[in-house]
Amino acid sequence: MDFLRPATWEEALAAKAEHPTAVPIAGGTDVMVEINFDHRRPEYLLDLNRIGELSAWTVGEETVELGASVPYTRIMEHLRAELPGLAIASHTVASPQIRNRGGVGGNLGTASPAGDAHPALLAAGAEVEAESVRGSRRIPIDAFYTGVKRNALAADELIRSVHIKKADGPQQFSKVGTRNAMVIAVCAFGLALHPATRTVRTGIGSAAPTPVRARVAEEFLNAALEEGGFWESGRIITPSIAREFATLAAGACNPIDDVRGTARYRRHAVAVMARRQLGWTWEQYRGTGRAMEGAA
Amino acid sequence: MRVNFTVNGREQRADDVWEGESLLYVLRERLGLPGSKNACEQGECGSCTVRLDGVPVCSCLVAAGQVEGREVLTVEGLAEYAGNRAAGGGASVPGAATGEAGAGAARPGTAPHPGGSGELSPVQQAFIDAGAVQCGFCTPGLLVAADELLERVPSPSDADIREALSGNLCRCTGYEKILDAVRLAAARQEETV
Ligand SMILES: Cc1cc2nc3c(=O)[nH]c(=O)nc-3n(C[C@H](O)[C@H](O)[C@H](O)COP(=O)(O)OP(=O)(O)OC[C@H]3O[C@@H](n4cnc5c(N)ncnc54)[C@H](O)[C@@H]3O)c2cc1C
Ligand code: FES
Ligand code: FES
Repeated sequence: MDFLRPATWEEALAAKAEHPTAVPIAGGTDVMVEINFDHRRPEYLLDLNRIGELSAWTVGEETVELGASVPYTRIMEHLRAELPGLAIASHTVASPQIRNRGGVGGNLGTASPAGDAHPALLAAGAEVEAESVRGSRRIPIDAFYTGVKRNALAADELIRSVHIKKADGPQQFSKVGTRNAMVIAVCAFGLALHPATRTVRTGIGSAAPTPVRARVAEEFLNAALEEGGFWESGRIITPSIAREFATLAAGACNPIDDVRGTARYRRHAVAVMARRQLGWTWEQYRGTGRAMEGAA
Repeated sequence: MRVNFTVNGREQRADDVWEGESLLYVLRERLGLPGSKNACEQGECGSCTVRLDGVPVCSCLVAAGQVEGREVLTVEGLAEYAGNRAAGGGASVPGAATGEAGAGAARPGTAPHPGGSGELSPVQQAFIDAGAVQCGFCTPGLLVAADELLERVPSPSDADIREALSGNLCRCTGYEKILDAVRLAAARQEETV
């Protein structure tokens, strides 16, 4: 094994081009588990810790550019107003020690259906900036997850940052598990209201081979809120609308039975989370007009 | 490969390090610092908690090569580190405030080994006084995490304590005595301020 320690982003891209099998290591909270348990013996480890810009973020007009290695702790502390869904999701990851090291770049690299950043990114709307010596491109988050633990990155590409839409309304995230810390989600759900465009977006985790949006549920709710004039009136959402939204969200799942839960339970829990989060976010929208912060 | 880094305020060099090796392994097996415990090697238990440039991390999940040139604080250095902090020696970066010469001067006779002196930090004393140690396997990680909490949040709420220790498992105590110990250390810290 070789340990590659590029000091700059350019050096990192050159190293990845030269050794496409090199495994990038950022916080190491996924990679080191695999190495410690001998599940993986990469020829090269490509350390990204020395590349400062990967741990930085920029708050722009419409988006936040989040460096791939910004630890979850920083997101919770500094980006709660701009990225409430992701900040709530970050707080549910593992433990303080893991949140001090792990970040969204690694979550995207692993692309586990259970990764907690994914539902929040899907709901907020985001693009992954991937770069190689050949150039840079932006991958829409909807196109990023290509299979179980597979993503759209080419062998010579690294994730530089994620461009995430700043919240223009309330956002929520929740997951089901046995305790508050150190829990891999049985299933997870994220919801973002976008009053500026009068749309809602969703994200589901751990209930399909990849993180997915509940598109049919979104379309139903967008139409129902539009028809009923809910965005203007800020009226309470009719329970039948919330119920149908929840049912359709469960319908977007394609879960499996495993040690953490059955497929049936996952569908049920996603429906419950969808209904509750619609209630929470809508209350916030009604209460403060256009509240910008998550609630939990 | 060779890795140079600072442990408990002293420069250290580890040779013949395997590239896939963890910081925990280097500390325990190459530098003779067995305080950080290896219980799971997968980030679940927190018994290997150390501070890397001041930040609590699971040393089993840090690749050895990633610590080149950086500062690590282990439980062995906790008493000295806490002492320096109390003496106003600055606390943001473990060991950085005094370095080897300063620490040696403060405690003549201390071996130039980052293995600690046998004195206890306030949080260690509180763990003993509160009966928070049974088998002791979880204790080093809890001490490092609890000490960092008390540095960051001098008067923590119970929720702060629970959150700060949520990444550390204990199979013996049932946690109540551990929570008591941190409360005790916080109360004593407030008295002395
Ligand atoms: C005890 C424990 C509990 C956990 N709990 C949770 C949880 O509750 N929720 C959750 O979502 N996750 C959890 N995880 C998984 C892990 O912490 C997250 O996936 C984290 O986001 C990984 O980030 P990292 O920087 O540590 O990634 P690393 O381990 O460094 O890398 C992960 C993957 O991404 C690749 N990669 C990293 N950076 C880049 C980049 N810039 N470009 C391209 N590829 C890259 C790596 O090659 C690797 O394949 C847990 C892990 C542990 C050990
Ligand atoms: S040994 Fe590192 S967390 Fe358990
Ligand atoms: S005292 Fe035995 S594990 Fe905590």
